[in-house]
Amino acid sequence: MSDVAVAVTVNGERHELTVPPWETLLECLRDRLGLLGTKKSCDVQVCGACTVLLDEEPVSACTLLAFEARGRRLRTIEGLAEGDDLHPVQEAFVEHGALQCGFCTPGMIMATVALLQENPTPTPDEVKHYMRGNICRCTGYKSILEAILAASRRLAPGAETGRGA
Amino acid sequence: MAPETLAVVGRSVPRLDAREKVTGAARYVTDLALPEMVHARLWRSPVPHARLHGVGVERAAAAPGVLAVCTAADLPVRRLCYGPAYKDQPILADGVVRYAGEPVVAVVADTPAHAEAALPLLDVRFEELQAVTTAEAALAPDAPLIHGALDPAGHFRDLSGLRPIAGTNVCHHWHAERGDLAAAFAEADLVVDDAYHYPALSHHALEPHCVIARVEADGSFTVWTGTQHPFPVRRELAEIFDVPLARVQVIVPLIGGAFGGKCYTKIEPIAAALAARVRRPVRLALSLEESARTITRHAVTVRLKTAIRRDGTLLARECDVVLDTGAYADIGPRVATKAGYRAPGPYRIPHLRIDARCVYTHNVPAGAYRGYGVPQVTWASESQLDGIAERLGLDPLALRLRNLLKRGEEYVAGDTPMDGDLAEGLGAVARAVGWGVPDAPGRGQGLACAMKDGGGTHTVSMAVVRVHADGSVSLFAGTVEVGQGARTVLAQIAAETLGVPFETVVAVAPDTALTPYDHGTSASRSTTVMGLAVQAAARDAREQLLRLAADLLGTDPAALDLRGGRVVHGDRALSVAEVVRGHFGLVGGEVTGVGTFVPGAWSGSLGGATVFWETGMGAAEVEVDPDTGAVRIHKYVSAADVGTAINPRECAGQDEGAALQGLGPALFEARASEAGQLLNPGLIDYRLPTFLDLPDRFDTLLIENADGPGPFGSKGVGESGTFCAAPAIGNAIARATGVRLREVPMTPERVWRALQDARPKASAS
Repeated sequence: MSDVAVAVTVNGERHELTVPPWETLLECLRDRLGLLGTKKSCDVQVCGACTVLLDEEPVSACTLLAFEARGRRLRTIEGLAEGDDLHPVQEAFVEHGALQCGFCTPGMIMATVALLQENPTPTPDEVKHYMRGNICRCTGYKSILEAILAASRRLAPGAETGRGA
Repeated sequence: MAPETLAVVGRSVPRLDAREKVTGAARYVTDLALPEMVHARLWRSPVPHARLHGVGVERAAAAPGVLAVCTAADLPVRRLCYGPAYKDQPILADGVVRYAGEPVVAVVADTPAHAEAALPLLDVRFEELQAVTTAEAALAPDAPLIHGALDPAGHFRDLSGLRPIAGTNVCHHWHAERGDLAAAFAEADLVVDDAYHYPALSHHALEPHCVIARVEADGSFTVWTGTQHPFPVRRELAEIFDVPLARVQVIVPLIGGAFGGKCYTKIEPIAAALAARVRRPVRLALSLEESARTITRHAVTVRLKTAIRRDGTLLARECDVVLDTGAYADIGPRVATKAGYRAPGPYRIPHLRIDARCVYTHNVPAGAYRGYGVPQVTWASESQLDGIAERLGLDPLALRLRNLLKRGEEYVAGDTPMDGDLAEGLGAVARAVGWGVPDAPGRGQGLACAMKDGGGTHTVSMAVVRVHADGSVSLFAGTVEVGQGARTVLAQIAAETLGVPFETVVAVAPDTALTPYDHGTSASRSTTVMGLAVQAAARDAREQLLRLAADLLGTDPAALDLRGGRVVHGDRALSVAEVVRGHFGLVGGEVTGVGTFVPGAWSGSLGGATVFWETGMGAAEVEVDPDTGAVRIHKYVSAADVGTAINPRECAGQDEGAALQGLGPALFEARASEAGQLLNPGLIDYRLPTFLDLPDRFDTLLIENADGPGPFGSKGVGESGTFCAAPAIGNAIARATGVRLREVPMTPERVWRALQDARPKASAS
């Protein structure tokens, strides 16, 4: 099979790539574009460590093929902070100690950004349900739940701080 | 130092690594790459037991991109076998395969895909042999022997007492007894004798095992690995390649979780041997499924026979603990000793007999896992204790309080007396769960309590603190940042002790060529044991700074105080930077402090008094659906006695994480195997706790009596939260339904079947 030409916008930057048809988006991001924040763990779309946003929808980069991102917009963990300013979700994760080993954290944060875009004021049960595809082996989830709810308050329309997701 | 005078200890400062982790900038071993790096893949045995008759490598060797194809005979090593207890595990299978998934052949290629593509081209000829896949089968008198003569590693002092039973598959038998059992059983009003089972588990740290190894031009080795034990790995590699310790450099960046699965040497020897073979840096990155075929938690069967007086006083207990350690011992013998030692539970029991046997089988090797045998034996002992309360008509809390060790009471003669308040912790979780009055009818509540000798047995830690010319501080401690927040907590201890702002301290990643010796990152030891070494190093540097400042100020060091990064003398003050520069002149220089923790007296039944007792308590409130057997956890409250919380939020995070990790095996987590074949290696079939498993109310209580041996009265935390989850939930299920399970996980099917089995009996009586 011949390689596929892929034009894709990643974190606002346009890339013209030529990839083998079997290359996963995860391999493409990590090995080709050097975006190592997206983590490889279960490889079967269960753990959520490789969650990125494809046209602002959360997807598992381990089971999506790179060419499927043709002509679309991708956002990875590297695309959240603006310079030294953390995204409000990142800030909330730091403030609430919502991470330990940190391996799930990029995927967890990207899923949270998607959740809060879809549902800016989720209830705790809605958070748990939405986030069930992101496994954290360290924290016990409680601190992450608190961080997500705090980020929601900060990002909610009318909140004083926050610059929108 | 009184708490109110502390500047940074006791505060939930953000983790040093938080920013890099939330921005994706954090780098783990799996993120590293070296120039000219090549990639290894392993051909693993499809069967649990086989004799190898040769490997046809020609087609694989000729495949695109392949640099080398290696069997055991091709590895340039002085010593093929390694292991922390016995040198029983070959780097690649040597003539015999002992478990399904064992590495047999390694392929090195220019890309991972090329290495992978060559694996099916190998022609491995083997003859399958009868496999022994349960500890019970391995203990049978006619069971085939899995190993011949055993070669003790001699690495650790407490493992000098290995007791294999010749002519059997028992690689270690630990035995202890005291008192007069026969008399105690004769005197008892009630004797309960039953057995409990706990299955093998997968660690499933989200970052799978990964190693990059490079052989330097002078024959030295540099290894980047996600290990919890860089110094023991260094020693193992030095022995394998017969080089001095100084010629092996083990570097550990951030680790994406471990939970014991990255203790001791794992795949480092394969990567290093391949690097020596191809003379290029070799990366060996396992998949999560391969990690599950590298190490497990021990499946354990515990038989307990307990004698009690009618009033609930425990008289005697016989404990028989059998651990399936798989094909290679790994650290199983020590886990067996510790499981046996802790099997009676945190109670006053005058008459005891304990046997713990570590048994070879043709399964994936089992080793360390958060709690080191305690969750398994606590499942048995705390379940049985509730059954006893039920039989005697006693309240389970009152029964425990009657027998719990008191502060200062000895568990075993010669070991550290109980240094915490068990009753306080148990009382706290009972109150928090509303003991005795469930929130709704039909619910049940359960309690459990456990302890573990914490801090590691006879282990050494050393630290160095360097105060630079600008007043900033580098902390060299070999403790691995595995997620627990150790670098942050150790930096807090260093900053507090030195008297400098926390922000000025940088904790250097472990590197055996730079950071001084540390035994390893396990046993909840780092805050206490490494913490004391860091504190000593910081004190050393502080005293030097005060002497230098006294010279500069023309006064006595005793007249000076160092706080907030300033040496204060009356109304004069010098910054730390001014002191260092003033002493050395403008060009700089630095002040270096050194600290060492060496264990104390060598006594007690484990061969060493524990550094501290790590205690844990849990209380649950559950509801059981009688139609499906599904268990819903409404409340789970855990308590951890941390002495002093150096960083309260990180302490709570450790306990919460541990407790939730304990809920998985209580309700659904287990490795499923059939005839030695692991049926659920990956996350599709092996279910881990998710957000949906978070109980409605999930709390951790930190008990702080400043009574720990660590800096500022601290003691270790991290494992205790896992001890009690399964028995507390099992006890709650029993109180909700009248049905007691003796095997975890308590899946809906198991609970439902137990409910069905109980029905006819209920109607017949």
